[in-house]
Amino acid sequence: MSDTHAQTVPFVRETMLPPADPPLREAGAVRWLRENLFSGPANTVLTILGFLIIWFLVSHFWDWIAHSVWNADSLADCRRIIAETWGEGARGACWAVIRERWNQYVFGFYPVELYWRPTMAFGLLFVALTPVLFSASVMIRRIVLVLTTVLTLWAMTVLGAPAVWLAFAAVVLVGALAVSERRVSWLLVFSILYPLMGVWFLWGGSAWGPVMVLMGPVLGWIAWRLLSGLSPMAAAVAALVVPVLWWLLYAGTAARDAEALVSLAIPAVASDRFGGFLLSITIGVAGIAMSLPLGIVLALARRSDMFLVKSLAVIFIEFIRGVPLIALLFVASLLLNYFLPPGTTFDIILRVIIMVTLFAAAYMAEVIRGGLAALPKGQYEAADALGLDYWKAQRLIVLPQALKISIPGIVSTFIGMFKDTTLVTFVGLYDPLKSMSDAVRASTSWKGIYWEPYIFVGAIFFLICFGMSRYSMYLERRLARDHR
Amino acid sequence: MTDVRAPQNASFRPSMLIYDRRYRSLTFQVIVFVLVMALAWWLVNNTIQNLAAMGKTFNFGFLWQRAGYDIPQTPIPYTSDDTHFRAAVVGLLNTLIVSVLGCIAATVLGIVAGVARLSKNWLIARLMTVYVEAFRNMPLLLWILIVFAIFTEVMPPPNAFRGDDPSASMILFDHVALTNRYTAIPTLAMTNDPGSLDLGARITFNWATLAFAAVLIGGWLARRAINRWAQDVQDRTGVRPTTWWMSLAVMTVPSLLLIWYFGLHLVAPELRGFNFTGGLNVQNGLVALWLALTLYTGAFIAEIVRAGILAVSRGQSEAAFALGLRPRRTMSLVILPQALRVIIPPLISQYLNLTKNSSLAIAVGYMDIRGTLGGTTLNQTGRELEAILLMMGVYLTLSLIISAGMNVFNARVKLKER
Repeated sequence: MSDTHAQTVPFVRETMLPPADPPLREAGAVRWLRENLFSGPANTVLTILGFLIIWFLVSHFWDWIAHSVWNADSLADCRRIIAETWGEGARGACWAVIRERWNQYVFGFYPVELYWRPTMAFGLLFVALTPVLFSASVMIRRIVLVLTTVLTLWAMTVLGAPAVWLAFAAVVLVGALAVSERRVSWLLVFSILYPLMGVWFLWGGSAWGPVMVLMGPVLGWIAWRLLSGLSPMAAAVAALVVPVLWWLLYAGTAARDAEALVSLAIPAVASDRFGGFLLSITIGVAGIAMSLPLGIVLALARRSDMFLVKSLAVIFIEFIRGVPLIALLFVASLLLNYFLPPGTTFDIILRVIIMVTLFAAAYMAEVIRGGLAALPKGQYEAADALGLDYWKAQRLIVLPQALKISIPGIVSTFIGMFKDTTLVTFVGLYDPLKSMSDAVRASTSWKGIYWEPYIFVGAIFFLICFGMSRYSMYLERRLARDHR
Repeated sequence: MTDVRAPQNASFRPSMLIYDRRYRSLTFQVIVFVLVMALAWWLVNNTIQNLAAMGKTFNFGFLWQRAGYDIPQTPIPYTSDDTHFRAAVVGLLNTLIVSVLGCIAATVLGIVAGVARLSKNWLIARLMTVYVEAFRNMPLLLWILIVFAIFTEVMPPPNAFRGDDPSASMILFDHVALTNRYTAIPTLAMTNDPGSLDLGARITFNWATLAFAAVLIGGWLARRAINRWAQDVQDRTGVRPTTWWMSLAVMTVPSLLLIWYFGLHLVAPELRGFNFTGGLNVQNGLVALWLALTLYTGAFIAEIVRAGILAVSRGQSEAAFALGLRPRRTMSLVILPQALRVIIPPLISQYLNLTKNSSLAIAVGYMDIRGTLGGTTLNQTGRELEAILLMMGVYLTLSLIISAGMNVFNARVKLKER
């Protein structure tokens, strides 16, 4: 082009062209479609396949969902309404079963007049969880606690709670809101007391039982304070032995005597009245709360230098992980009678909770062991270099980091355990999925209804489990300290 | 040189058991040992007392009594006149059948779904996300019940296939019939049956099965030998001989010859009277359990596969391309070996989970070991203690065998570190 001169060039544009819109196929929806759905022959085939799958699902289930009936007394009634509205031979979902059996699905066979008690326990559960789960921002706490307060009080009023307990719940909830505005860690006191309180609300009976259980650690602390001046060794031993002796020997009698003196009893509800989501959530929450500490102890034991401790931990973990949960539940329901002293009766829900906890704890231990192993050796050495003893090193340096690494695994163990609570159906408890749906089908009005109860229960489980996994992702992001 | 350590000649005091690190761990272990022994003694003692109070003994003699109940699906010959022991073995085999079938299908499904979830295709990736999240967040029991209900409630009864204008039709070119009682699938038959090897106790192995097993193992060994030879040639000359057709030949030709020799062919089920005959009528409990286990575990395996592939950094494939490797060899030589290293340990635990979850057969009435030994046998003999301990022992052994086998495999593929 060296011989081309400006004079010989017939036309030179002297103004800038206005920027043109990109070609249609490179912009907007068309470009998105081209890049994401039809980028090549293989992808196009896959897309068509995907649309076929969606079309198959929609064409098969759309009319069923569109013809939903929410108000009916029985399946026959449902079918009549569907036939009247959409013509003979039309299919339709009969969600009326959920509407009619809602209480049964949520509370099982709990006495109707006491429905407010599990409701209150469930509401207070969120207060107990607040300092643990939502300690990060005051805004989230405010939203959670205000919502809990409003919903709990509303539900308790609807369910006809006595005014005294309504006032109690209001005081606790509003008090928690006030405390969480100032120092959220003070709410931890409530979190520690909550298990005993929750048990009392659910099963009822005398309040002296939980109080006397609580006396154990108090007595242990007193013994420790009294003896620590004399001999630290004796004080440590006493702090461990005194509560155990108290629980084994005196707590029961003391509770009975105190009850005879001043009655603090509310109506008792037997374990066989529990069912539905009340049962699942009770077992799930108890299992989650107990399996994490037990799992941490087992993981530390498995990494211990002490041969005996390590071997026992390995045997326990591998044994539990090697057998199905159903087998352990059968042990709980059939064999514990053999293993305990003759004549001992022992609540079936408690037995199941223990087994579920042990089962989850073994998996938890392996997850946490992975986190401990992933921690760089330098962290352990740094703790040693600072002169920290074993427990201080674990508490201040090792565990906070190891647990943070293991959050995804810990939460998926929780999710797995919560899903496994449905297996209690095989030891005769009324889980929401199988036993409760069988019970619903056993009535003449809902005979032959399969899909709606399963879909309903599945949806609730999905909400809870999906919520847990999303929370774990949020927690991971919140605790992330690396700058990526 | 000054010795800065504490003087060793200090006399022993009891408090050193706690404060001296030399003795502390010993003290602690002794305490733990005493406590564990006390607990064990307490449990055993209680059990002995309870057994005595109930007038029961602890022995496994009941295993050799007549079982007296039928099992719908028996991989080895079994009648109700056989012993409880044989019933337990039948149950164990049923557990193994559903577990092995489930592991294979779940692996295939999981790999497909895991890769598809990483696909650039927006629709496929979303569909797979929905699949994975739905199955991971709902109980397995729900899926088992739903799949089983689909079979028992939606599928037509066998007689719906009858007549000139039947209301139901068989699928897969008239080879499989889905009915509300069983799934009729084709069986294999031979025109030239070589007879069976009798192992005693009415357990037989067809010679043809053994021949196929031998030929497959031989083909695999031959393929390894060919690869070794090719590697050897490549090391010496720098040129790798083309081996794919040799490998293909040693893997397939002997089997094809055997198929021709034995006259192996499929026999499709046919409706005779009220039921399908000729094929194999698989109980719907097994099919539903297998499908549900596959779909459920497949979702977990999909996540594992996805995580494994994402764990291989992009630099690895870029480096392989820079070295001039073609995409296929990049995948097989660079990406997969590294992804497998991440995938295999969690995959093992999924196989273990699937095997243990197969005990949910209780929900669909499939007679696995929980259904025979831990179910009907337990109820008939009233030997809870022995039956459940034995059943747990069996599951424990299975788990240990699976994890041992997979650990050997894992040791072979894992990163060789110094």
